[in-house]
Amino acid sequence: MRGISKAFRGVQALKGVDFTVRAGEIHALMGENGAGKSTLIKVLTGVHPRDGGEVLLAGQSVSPQAPREAEELGISTVYQEINLIPELSVAENIMLGRQPRRFGFIDWKELHTRARRALQRLEIEIDLHRSVSSCSLALQQMVAIARALDVNAKLLILDEPTSSLDEHEVAELFKVMRRLREQGLGLVFVTHFMDQVYAVSDSITVLRNGELVGEFKTAELPKIQLVGKMLGRELAAVEKVGDTMALGADAKTTGDAFLTAKQLGRKGGVEPLDLEIRKGEVIGLAGLLGSGRTETARLLFGADRKTSGSITLDGRATALSSPAKAIGSGIAFCSEDRKSEGIVPSLSVRENIILAMQAGRGILRLLPRRKQDELAAHYINALRIKTPSPETPIQNLSGGNQQKVLLARWLCLQPKLIILDEPTRGIDVGAKAEIEKLVDSLRREGMAILFISSELEEVVRASQRVLVLRDRKKVGELSGEQINEDRIMEMIATHE
Amino acid sequence: MKQIFTRKNLPILATTFVLVLLFGTFSVLFDNFLSLRVVTDLFASNAHVGVVAIGMTFVILSGGIDLSVGSVVGFTTIFVATLVGKHEVHPVLAILLALLVGSVFGAGMGIFIQVYQLPPFLVTLAGMFFARGMAFVVSKQSLEINHRFYSAVIDAGIPLTDKVILRAPACIFVAVFVVALVLAHFSRFGRNVYAVGGNAASSLLMGVPVGRTRIWIYTLSGFCAALGGVVFTFRTQAGNATNAFGLELDAIAAVVIGGTLLSGGVGYVAGTLMGVLIYGTILTGIRFYGNLDSSWQRMAIGALLLVFIVIQRLLTRAPAREASH
Repeated sequence: MRGISKAFRGVQALKGVDFTVRAGEIHALMGENGAGKSTLIKVLTGVHPRDGGEVLLAGQSVSPQAPREAEELGISTVYQEINLIPELSVAENIMLGRQPRRFGFIDWKELHTRARRALQRLEIEIDLHRSVSSCSLALQQMVAIARALDVNAKLLILDEPTSSLDEHEVAELFKVMRRLREQGLGLVFVTHFMDQVYAVSDSITVLRNGELVGEFKTAELPKIQLVGKMLGRELAAVEKVGDTMALGADAKTTGDAFLTAKQLGRKGGVEPLDLEIRKGEVIGLAGLLGSGRTETARLLFGADRKTSGSITLDGRATALSSPAKAIGSGIAFCSEDRKSEGIVPSLSVRENIILAMQAGRGILRLLPRRKQDELAAHYINALRIKTPSPETPIQNLSGGNQQKVLLARWLCLQPKLIILDEPTRGIDVGAKAEIEKLVDSLRREGMAILFISSELEEVVRASQRVLVLRDRKKVGELSGEQINEDRIMEMIATHE
Repeated sequence: MKQIFTRKNLPILATTFVLVLLFGTFSVLFDNFLSLRVVTDLFASNAHVGVVAIGMTFVILSGGIDLSVGSVVGFTTIFVATLVGKHEVHPVLAILLALLVGSVFGAGMGIFIQVYQLPPFLVTLAGMFFARGMAFVVSKQSLEINHRFYSAVIDAGIPLTDKVILRAPACIFVAVFVVALVLAHFSRFGRNVYAVGGNAASSLLMGVPVGRTRIWIYTLSGFCAALGGVVFTFRTQAGNATNAFGLELDAIAAVVIGGTLLSGGVGYVAGTLMGVLIYGTILTGIRFYGNLDSSWQRMAIGALLLVFIVIQRLLTRAPAREASH
C-alpha cells in the first residue's frame, strides 16, 4: 500500500501511509487506538473506499470495493469480534456462500470434504457437525481462519485475534500462524500486546495519529523504543522531568486509606491487582490503551462485576456490586466517553449539573428551583465554566467546558472518591491545564482521586502515586520522586 | 456421526413427542381415530394454514415476522372468486394472477424492510391492513365459485387405498412441504436464510447477500399466502373478504410450536409441518369428542404455545451462560 489517505467527515484518519507486507512473513501493525490501524485494514479490505494512494497486490494495482471482492483477490480478514453464524455447523460456517453444488443443490458431502481440508491445513481436528456456538472462542477463531483460507488467500489479516484468548490458546494460534507463514502466506497481525508481537512477528509497522512512524525489523527494535514510537516521543527528548513534578510535589498531605482493593480482578477483563487510594491523594493509572485502565475503573465503580478479590471502603468491606451502590458509598465516575455516556446534549448547563443529584432524590422530590440555580451558579463560578448563561444547552459549549459541567455534576454529590477516565481527551491545552489545577485543588480538600490518562506527562504531573498497567496486569507502582515518564515507559516496555 | 439429541434439536424433538402423545391419546380415547382417513383429513383441512405456515417458517428463521399473510389469504379468495365469477376469467389464469399479486405484495414489503431498515413487525402490520382493505375493495359480498375446473380439482386426488383419497389441497400442502424442505436444506438461499437469522451483521461480512435474501424471503411468504388463499377456495368454493381473519397468528403459533426460534437462525421446516399437525389434531380430537366447541382448541393452542416459548427461553439462555466462561 502506498500513500494511503482517508478522511471521515473532514477528520483525516490516514495521511499518506505506506504499508508493505511480504509473502511468508508475519507483519505486526501497531499503534494506539485512533492511530489508524483499523482504518488502514478497512481500506485494504474494501470496507472503506480510499481517498488517495494505491494498493498493489503482487505488483498489480487493485481496488476492492467490498470485503467479498478483496476475498476474491486473495485478501482475507479475521475480525476481532469473530464473524460467524453461531447456530450453524463448523463446516457450514467455513463454506457459507461458497457451498459446492451439484445440479443446483448443495452437495453436503463435498462441502464437508472441503471444510475438512481447510481445517487440515491448520492441523486442527474439530467435529464438522458441531454448531459453532458450542465451540470455545479459540476454536471459533480457527474456524474463522479456516474460512478465510478456503478462498486461496495470499494475505491473511488478523485483527486483534488474541484479545479474548488465554495463554495456551494464544500459543496454539501462533503455531498456526507460523505454519501459514511457512506456506508462503503474508500475515498482518494487529494487536495491542507487545510480548505477542515480539513472540511471533518478523517486522513491525507503527502508526500514530494516522501517520506512518516507520517500518522496523522486530529483531532490531528494542521494546522501549517501540513504546516511544507508539506514544510519539523519543526517550532522550523527555523534557524537564523536574518541572513536571511541580504540582504533585507537596504530596505529603495524604490521609488514611479510603479504598483498598485486594486481588481485585475480572476474568477476561483485568488480572487480580492490589490497589489503595488514600484521602487527599491522586492515583494515576498509566498504561497503553487496552492495558486494562478503564476496566479497572469500571470494577471499582461496580459497572462490571468482579470475579475475584475484595474491596474495603473506609475500613469496611463492601460489595460495590452496582454503580448505584458505588454512588451511595461516595464514589463518582466521570466516564471516558462523554458524548455517549456523559452529557445530555439538549439539556441546559443547569439541568446537566443537577442530573445526578436529582436522580438520587427520585422523581417525586424535585430539587427546588432556587436551590438548582444556586448550585449551578456556584459550580459555574468555582470551575470557571465558560457559558453565556446556566440555561444554555450544553451542546453549545466547548469540549473542555462540557467536561467541567460533568465534573460539577459529580461534585454536587460531594463524593469521597472521584474516578476521572480520560478527563482531558479532546480538549485544548488551556482547558487541560485548568482541569489539572482543579484536580489538584480537589485533592487538597481531601478528596481521593483516580486519574486515568493516555498522556503520560499529565499522569506524571497530577499524581502522587502511579500504577502501571500492561496487558491487563498491574506491572508496578511508583510514588513521589520515582514518578517520571522514562520510568513508566520502561515499566510498560520491559516488565516480564 | 450426527447427533440427534443436541440442544439445537431439542425443540423439534419436543414437538414430535407432543404430536405422538396427542395422537396416541386420542387414538386410545376414540375408536376410528387411528386411521388413514383421519390423517389425510388432517392434511386436507389444514392445508391452507400449513402452506402459509411454511412460508412463515422462512420469515421467522430469518429473524423476521409477517403479519400480512391472513389478509393476503382473504384477499386471494375474493380476488379469484371475483375474476372467475364476475369477469369470467379462466380459474387457472385467475390463480396465476393471484399468486403473482401475492408475491409482488410480499416483495414490496421486503423492499421496504430492507431499504429503509424498518422493523418487519410494523411493515407487515401495515401490509395486513392494506391487503384486507384491498380485499374489501374487490368485493364486500361473499361470492361463490362455480366452474368446471373447480369441480374437477375438488374431485381430483391421489388414491391411497380403495376408500382413502389424498385430496388436492392435501397434495398441494405436501408438495409445498417437500419443495420447502429442499429449499431450506439444499439451496444456498435456504442456508442464507439461516445465516441472516443467526447473525445478520456477520452474514454481511461473510459475503452473504443479506438484502437480496431478505427480499426473497418476504416474496416467498407472500407467494405462500396467496397459494394458501387458493387452497382455501378449493375447500370452500367461495371467496370472502373476511376469510382467514387472524390466520397469521395461527401460522406463527404453528411455526413456534414446531420449534423454530422467534429470534431466528434455528428451526426446521419439518417442525412446522408437525406444528400444523398438532394444531389440526387438537381440533379433530375435539370434534370426535362431540359436545366440545372449538374454544377448547384455542385454549389448548394457547397453553402449548406458552410451554414452547418457555422451553425456547430456557434453551437460548443456556448457551449464553456457557460462552461467558
